[in-house]
Parts: sequence; structure tokens; C-alpha cells
Amino acid sequence: MSEATAPSKRPGLAVWLPLGLFAAFLALVFVGLYWPADREVSSAFIGKPLPVFDLPPATDERPGLATPVFKQGKPRLLNVFASWCVPCAVESSQLAALAKQGVEIDGVAIRDRKEDVARFLGQYGNPFARIGKDDLSQVQLAIGSSGVPETFVVDSKGIIRYQHIGDIRPEDVPMIMRKLAEAQ
Amino acid sequence: MIAELGLAMLWMAAALAVLQLVAGALALRPATAHLAGIVRPVAMLQGVLVACAFAALISLFLSTDLSVKLVAENSHSAKPFIFKLAGTWGNHEGSMLMWVTIMSLAGGFVALIEKRLREETLIATLAGQAFVSLGFYAFLLLASNPFTRLAEPPPEGAGLNPLLQDIGLAFHPPTLYVGYVGLSIAFSFAVGALVTRDVGPAFACAMRPWVLGAWIFLTLGITAGSYWAYYTLGWGGWWFWDPVENASLMPWLAATALLHSCSVLAARNALRTWTVMLGVIAFSMSMVGTFLVRSGILTSVHAFAVDPTRGTFILALLAIYIGGALLLFALRAGTVTEGARFAVVSRESALVFNNVMLCGILGIVLVGTLYPLLTEAMGVKVSVGPPYFNPVSAVFAIPMMLVMTVGPVLRWREDTGGRITWQIAVPALVMAAALLAVELLLAPINLLPALGLAIAPGLAVASLQPLVGRNLRRTPLPIYGMVVGHFGIAVALFGMASEGAFSTERLAAMNPGDSQQVGPFKVTLSAIDPVAGPNWTALQATVAASYAGAEPIVLHPQARTFANPPGNRTESALLTRWNGQLYSVLGEEGEDGRWQMRFWWKPFVPMIWYGGALVALGGLLALLGRVARDVRRLVAIDKIAWRRERQGR
Repeated sequence: MSEATAPSKRPGLAVWLPLGLFAAFLALVFVGLYWPADREVSSAFIGKPLPVFDLPPATDERPGLATPVFKQGKPRLLNVFASWCVPCAVESSQLAALAKQGVEIDGVAIRDRKEDVARFLGQYGNPFARIGKDDLSQVQLAIGSSGVPETFVVDSKGIIRYQHIGDIRPEDVPMIMRKLAEAQ
Repeated sequence: MIAELGLAMLWMAAALAVLQLVAGALALRPATAHLAGIVRPVAMLQGVLVACAFAALISLFLSTDLSVKLVAENSHSAKPFIFKLAGTWGNHEGSMLMWVTIMSLAGGFVALIEKRLREETLIATLAGQAFVSLGFYAFLLLASNPFTRLAEPPPEGAGLNPLLQDIGLAFHPPTLYVGYVGLSIAFSFAVGALVTRDVGPAFACAMRPWVLGAWIFLTLGITAGSYWAYYTLGWGGWWFWDPVENASLMPWLAATALLHSCSVLAARNALRTWTVMLGVIAFSMSMVGTFLVRSGILTSVHAFAVDPTRGTFILALLAIYIGGALLLFALRAGTVTEGARFAVVSRESALVFNNVMLCGILGIVLVGTLYPLLTEAMGVKVSVGPPYFNPVSAVFAIPMMLVMTVGPVLRWREDTGGRITWQIAVPALVMAAALLAVELLLAPINLLPALGLAIAPGLAVASLQPLVGRNLRRTPLPIYGMVVGHFGIAVALFGMASEGAFSTERLAAMNPGDSQQVGPFKVTLSAIDPVAGPNWTALQATVAASYAGAEPIVLHPQARTFANPPGNRTESALLTRWNGQLYSVLGEEGEDGRWQMRFWWKPFVPMIWYGGALVALGGLLALLGRVARDVRRLVAIDKIAWRRERQGR
């Protein structure tokens, strides 16, 4: 029977191995924690042109919304909202701020009634140039939006450049402005 | 008032931890050795104070004191008593307080009873324990104070995540914490032994009950957690290789290895460096697990307590403790002399093999868990799941289980295969027969389940062999513990293999009155009715399930809707028989008015958890045996001391 030794590491470089591996682990999670990779799955509709649609007005104050508007040589925001949606009311002041900076915003009201839209705009302000009425969520689904509110940056040729899911927070406003500038 | 009192006690406990660390460190120098006397009492007092602080938090939750921010954010006056209680630790701050409570109580207990170690090593251990606790005190007091008051108490609390409103929650996290904290004691022992260069059988004997205790709780925690995921998440699976599950599995693997190498060190004074290393690794894995869960660095179904700033704090603690311990190890490993030698065929060798295989599994689980992080850093998104973990862990697990069949019947130091021919032949024949039966009699099944079905009966037979030829009434409890534990592994393996090989699934859209065949069951949907619980409402299906034409048994799967906070949860209904489980889930209503129903028939699946419980029971028997022997030894020492004293007079 040959004598075997315990797997105790002989003093030498091997005893530093655990510390080395641990340092590598720390480096990895440190990077992961402070420079997190973009976990968002980007929309499949980015880079695609807006589908062709023509929506009737959702309110008497503004015209309806049709695709040709987005090909007038200026990037625009397309905001999908509804009067029954609480985060939409929350983001209204951010939309107002964007409108004040000269951004042209169009809206699509989802499954809504004219009087409710009017009340909503009266209460929270009306940053929209046009508002289309999408009672069956057809346009919403066609542009790859699955909820309200969502906001799209559409470039001067009518191509979707960015999709913002959820309400626009105050800290998101500069980012939206940058996306609009990039879409020139 | 109670909140302020709790906070004050927490601060005092933290101050005592500072004292324990400083006095302990100074006591190791000859000039200030007289300080050693205060370390033990301080450790005990610290444990009592922090336990009182935790009791204060519990009482705030039970009385739903909404002026306390934590209570307002996580509780609700309409919650049932048990969830108010569980709400205490069902959140980040409360769970951290629970963690330090268990840790300090354990430290106080070590200070109270440990008599075998050299006093110097014990003082170093307690100082190390105080050092570890201090990090968690800092975390609590500076970054996550559980006792913060609100200027204006809300009229009602925000409630608890519906997924967590389950009886399992009342026990699952505390169980894992006890396990993690037990490993922190093992870690402190390892650090203490390294500091005083005192790695030997006494150190292994002192550490072993803590490792055993921690390991029992980790086993229970993982078993219960697996069952919880199985019946609450409604996916019908029992293990998902989710990062959080892996986070609980890794300390268990390390603790299992440590437990076995501890036995070698205690009995044979071999594997010294290796045991110390494992002591550090086991606790590192608990901290890595805590970090992965709390920092939200990995995407997981368990993301209940995620916050990157907390992640930073835990990462800093991890770097200080584990980095420090590994540095100490690297500096001191050379001075730990090599232990006793042993032959290639010997029980030591079998245990070393088992250790290497366990560490292999640990390594591949750690790599698999962190791999998405690594590729994300390089800009590629991947998700690592069962196709990687199952076969790769099997590569290590299968040889390990084969060696498990012979290891316990081998002799220490040196043995020959010839002496134990029968003990090798019997399990081998059982395995071969089982494999043959699986291949010939059953429909073709995948390789891994087939191997599992073959190895499990052989391992079960082999696990009983250490009892052959022994006087059963005089066999020590730890031997029974080993037998029961190994038998439990065989039982669990059989359950896993059977689930993998024979599960049948049926997804059907049903109207009330419709029937479906699921394996041997005929299930009939009788009705869908609304029902109300204490803080939820639900749609409840009434399903009659008849096993092979027998009298039907009624099941009630539910889709629950919670009001505070709003949320939905499916409540699966299970029918357990001796030979398997029928699993039923009520899904959505389709547009045509039919209901989505999901059924699984899983033969022998409960064996997975019975096996886990048996493994824990084995640990408990071993622990009782060890503790009983220690108690007898302490009593004997006391008696001798007492006689000497009397004779001296």
C-alpha cells in the first residue's frame, strides 16, 4: 500500500490561490454592481417605421392622429395614455415640461370616452398637438406597446427610435431630450 | 417607547461587541492577558441584549405599531397573527436583526459552554465572532435601522407581499439564518485556530456540533424551500437552479464537506489545513449567498429584498471578512503542520474523495450562478439553467454516491478491498439489477433519471451496511446518524429520478363537468366558485380526482387575489398518495368561458422531501450523540475536580 498524503496544500503559491480566486470574484461582482449591463430587452419595433394608421380625434379640442404627421421632417413624441390611468396623470407635468421646451407631442388615448379625456386634459393640462382615439388598442398593439403610459421617440422620417415603458419621471426628461436630438 | 428601548439595546450590544473584540485581541498579548476574563461574560451579555432588541421588534409587529416605519411598510392590522409575527423577519431590516440576534446568541452560548479548546484559542474565536457581528451591527445601525419612527403614522399599514403570506415563510428564512449563523461560528473557530496556530482534534471537536447544527438547519431550510417553491409558484417543479436556490445550496455543499473533514480531523488528526480552509469557505458561501440575494445583482424569482446600496455594504463586509480570513490562511497555512498520514484505500481517502466531489459541485454551481454576470460584463446576455447544471453536477455526484456506498465500511488509516468484498458486491449487484430492470421493463427514459433509479436502491442497501454485525443497542448514535443520513440521500435521489422519469403533465381548457385523464387519475372539474379568506378573495375550482377508478377525492386549487398590497397568487392543490402526488392548478378563464386547468402526476415525488427530512434527522441523531458525550465528559471532569478539592481539604 503506498502512502498518500492529506490534500493539505504545501506552503507555497497554492495557499494564495483561494485569496486570488476570491479577489477575482470581488472584481466581477463589483463590476456587476456598479456598471450593470443593460438588462432591458429593447423593443423589436425600434428602427422600424410607424405602421400606417388614421385615428379619429379623442377630444373636440384637438384633431385626430394619422401617420403622415410623423414624416414632416421633425422628430416627435408619441405618447400612449388613457384618462383612467393613474401613472399617466403623474407623468403629465413631465410632458408639459417637454412641450414647453418645444417638443411636439402627439397622443393616443386607449379605450377612452370623449368626456373623460376632456376632463383629464382639463385637470392635468394638455401638452398634445393631436390626440387619436384607439378604442380597440389596435394602433397600440401595432406599434409594440403593451400598456399605458408608453412614449415613443419617432424621427423625422417616421421611424421609431426609442420606446419608453411606464411613466416618464422628472429625471428621465433630459434623456428623452437627448433621444430626440439623436433622432434629428 | 418600545422602539426607542429596542434601538438603545441594539447600540449597547454593538458597544459590547467592540469591547469583546478589543479585549479579546489584547488578551492574546502577554502584557494584557488579564483582560481575557471579561471576554466570556461580555459575549453572553451581548447575546442577551440583542435578543431583547429583537423581542422589542416582534412586539411592535404584533401590536401593529404603525408609527414605526418598518411596521407601517410591511404589516397590516388585518393580517392573521402568524403573518404579523413572520412579518418581523419578512423584510430586509427585520431579517438582518434576526441574523445578528441568532449570531450573538450563538456566540454567547459558545462563551458559556465551550471548555475543550485552549482558553487562548477560545478568546481568539470570540474576538473573531465579535468582529463578524460588528459588521452586521454597523449595517443595521447605520444603513438599515429597523426602529425608525414616522413623523406621521399612516392610518393603515402597507401589508406584506402576497407571495410571502404563506406559512412556509414563518419558518423558511429563520431556518436558513440559523444555518448561516452556525457556519459563522465555524468560521470564527477556524480564524481563532489560525490566529493561535492551534489546528487539531480539539478544534475539530469544538467546531463539529456547530457545523452539524448549521448543516441540519440548512438541510431543513433547503428541503422546506424546495417544497415551498414547488407548491406556491405553481410551476410544478421542485428545483429551478435559480440564483437564490443556488445561494442556499452552496453553503450546504461546503458544510457537508466540512462536516466530513471535521470527522477526519477529530478522529484521526488528519486533513488539518483542508478543514480550516473549508471552515472559511462554508461561511464565505453563506455571505456570498446573502450578497447575491440582497444586492439584486442577479435576476431571480426571489427578488423580495433587493437594493444595490445594501449590496455594496454586504460586499464590503464580504471583502473584509473573507478576504481577511483568506489572507490569514495564506500567511498561516505553512505553519499548520501536516496531519496523520493514511493509505489510498482507507476511510480517510473515501472522505477526501467525497470532499473533492462536493467541492467540485460547489465550484460548478458557483460558476454557473455567476456566469451570466461574467458574460454580461462582456456584453452578452445568457441564462444558465438545468441543461448546464443537471449533467455537470451529475458528473461529480454520481462518482461521489458510488464511493458513498463503500466509504462507511472502510477502516480508518489503511484497509484492503478484499476484506469488504461482500459489502462492495451487494450494493453493486442491486444497482446492476435495478439498471437492468429500468432498461428492460420500462419505456425508454433519459440517462440521468435511469442512473438515479439504479443508484438509489444500491445506495439505500449500502447505507445500512455499517449496522451489519454490530450490537444494535450499543451502536453509538452518530453511527445511526450517518446511516439515516445516507439512507435519506438514497430516498431523495429516488424521488428526484422518479420525478424526472415518470412525470406526466396535462394542460386543458375545461368547462365544469369536463373530465381529463392524468396518469392513473381521472380528474373532473365540478365547479368554479368565489370564496373569501381573511385577507384575500379567490376563485376556487372544485376538482374530483379518482385514482384508477377508486372513490374520487375532492381538490380545491385557487386563484387568490390579495387586497393589501394588491397582488395575485395561484394556490395549487395537491393530492398525496404513497406512490406519488397529483398537482392541480387553476389558471385563467379563456375567452370562450372555459378554464385553463393544469395537472401533473408525479410518481414518488414526495420522497425528495422525505429524503431531505431523513438527512436532517440523521444530522440530529449525530448531534445528539456528540452533545450527550460532551455533557457526560463535562460532568466527569466536574466530578474529578470536586473530588480533588475535597481531598485537598
